[in-house]
Amino acid sequence: MNRTKTEGFGILTRELAQEIDKTINLYQSNSTKLVGILLDIQGIIPKQYIPREVAAYVSEKMNIPLSKIYDVISFYAALSDVPRADYVIQLCDSVVCKVTGNTTLRDTISQLLGIKEQESTPDGKYWLEYTPCFGACDISPAMRINGKVFGHLTSQDSVKAVFDQYR
Amino acid sequence: MSKTVSIITENFGKYDPGSIDSYLSIGGFSAVKKALTMSSAEIIEMTKKAAVKGRGGAAYDTGRKWAQAASVPGEDKVVICNADEGEPCTFKDRSILSKDPFRLIEGMIIAGYTVGAKNGYIYLREEYRHLRPLIRNAIDESVAKGYLGENIINTGFSFHIHLYSGAGAYVCGEGSTLIESIEGKSGRPRIKPPFIKECGLFQLPTLVNNVETLAIAAAFIQHGVEEYLSHGTAGSPGTKIISLAGNVKNPGAYEIPFGLTLKEIIYDIGGGITDGHELKLLQLGGASGKIGPAAIVNTPYTYEDLAKEGLVVGSGGILVVDDRTRVIDFVKSIQDFFIHESCGKCTPCREGNRQISKIIDRFVEGRQQPDDLQTAERFANIMSNCAFCGLGETAQSTLLSAIKHFPEEFGLTEVAENEKH
Ligand SMILES: Cc1cc2nc3c(=O)[nH]c(=O)nc-3n(C[C@H](O)[C@H](O)[C@H](O)COP(=O)(O)O)c2cc1C
Ligand code: SF4
Ligand code: FES
Repeated sequence: MNRTKTEGFGILTRELAQEIDKTINLYQSNSTKLVGILLDIQGIIPKQYIPREVAAYVSEKMNIPLSKIYDVISFYAALSDVPRADYVIQLCDSVVCKVTGNTTLRDTISQLLGIKEQESTPDGKYWLEYTPCFGACDISPAMRINGKVFGHLTSQDSVKAVFDQYR
Repeated sequence: MSKTVSIITENFGKYDPGSIDSYLSIGGFSAVKKALTMSSAEIIEMTKKAAVKGRGGAAYDTGRKWAQAASVPGEDKVVICNADEGEPCTFKDRSILSKDPFRLIEGMIIAGYTVGAKNGYIYLREEYRHLRPLIRNAIDESVAKGYLGENIINTGFSFHIHLYSGAGAYVCGEGSTLIESIEGKSGRPRIKPPFIKECGLFQLPTLVNNVETLAIAAAFIQHGVEEYLSHGTAGSPGTKIISLAGNVKNPGAYEIPFGLTLKEIIYDIGGGITDGHELKLLQLGGASGKIGPAAIVNTPYTYEDLAKEGLVVGSGGILVVDDRTRVIDFVKSIQDFFIHESCGKCTPCREGNRQISKIIDRFVEGRQQPDDLQTAERFANIMSNCAFCGLGETAQSTLLSAIKHFPEEFGLTEVAENEKH
């Protein structure tokens, strides 16, 4: 684990702690709901990740060993222990999107952002990752931005039109 | 398009999935009302008659599964709706979840009543999180109107539904892994026995069914099995929602009677191949399914006819691929998927996938060595025989079927030439 990246100095403000408490209470502090709790918490943290101090806080609050929290975070693709960005861009890299031609989509996004996969832009605004099929094969090639699905991205213009909504 | 039918999908577009009143106005919850007047044995009998093979991919007879679940002793049992739908080229459960969530709830209540469960869990993949509010609402409204929760419509039967989220892991679609995930752990399959039907979620007897399977149950309880059985063939009665995608003009989720030929599916329903290209191969049943050459298009889409061609229905994915894609690139894409999704618990899958990937990469780049293909095939067979769970067992289906049907694309003849020198 990259400590400098995961340390997240001073992220756990009093307000965030209250929000996290709320989430944990919403799930009755039920350890079986850990996956959902971590997803929800990640959703309210800037840059969409679980900083180490937050993981430690959840561990303490829910009385779950930190190692178990990290077992879950590192296992699931939708959970991240490194800061991502305001907008998480996920390009489907699975077979239907390949077959229907996702190279224009990949190239256009790389050009627009100037980054490779698993990287964020220097301003922290965009993060790019390739993901397995998210069930939008009927409108492939497809991508997701913060969970919202966009499809039929076969031309540069169609990609730019979507991207413009997230400037 | 007249080749499609609507039994499982009959409510699609007929009501507002965000409103129980709208659902009730089209006769919603009549399946539950009817089921709760029947005995568990009667429902099981009906389910066996409908001969529904599980639609999650494993094709296990649903009536049989329900009978087993009902006969397991236990006061407190669990029904899980598997809405993980992680198989590439599969999005038919999404169509039910987004267009008819109330029927799914009916199916779960009926399953719960039949097997004697008190609680139901929907495990919804993270990728479908945009559908979460809709399903949450369907659950809440059903409770508010007395169709779900304590003492359902004053019958004395109580059943609760809980909504859980996946977090992006294909392997969590496997029953025991899904249970690990609902219990708040990382997703690695459990050793069997104990079988989950006896000791599953929270150590309780557990029934796991796919979204489509549960929706079908609600449909044939509501209308009787005769209408459902009037479709399909003798060996594969009924209907199926397929996920048709790839190089076809009209991709989508369609309900079809079993027995249409693949040709009818691709050309009459799918509108044919895009951009005037030639059909090259089909992959049936998602990434874990197998591929077949264009010559199989006259095969009827039934369990038994596909089996003769070495193919499977599986999840019902039908991926159409034309001559613009090289077989080896196709194989690589599938391989990348399984490398990414292997949970790493067992050696055959963890290491086998890695070694096979290296070989496939050499083929992609045209620097394969003479015995590469043999080695890959040997590893693939070890995986399908020795892997701990279904993921590793099926991960090499595409490679093995590709070698069988497209040997020339692996440069087999070229290698033979090289060996002569
Ligand atoms: C790796 C793996 C992934 C699976 N993914 C799913 C899935 O996403 N959805 C599903 O319903 N079944 C999936 N299955 C099949 C389930 O294990 C199980 O057979 C099914 O949910 C049972 O429901 P059914 O009898 O109604 O089909 C998967 C199996 C394996 C081995
Ligand atoms: S077969 Fe693959 S996914 Fe299944 S337990 Fe083994 S490593 Fe994990
Ligand atoms: S393969 Fe890209 S969304 Fe399914």
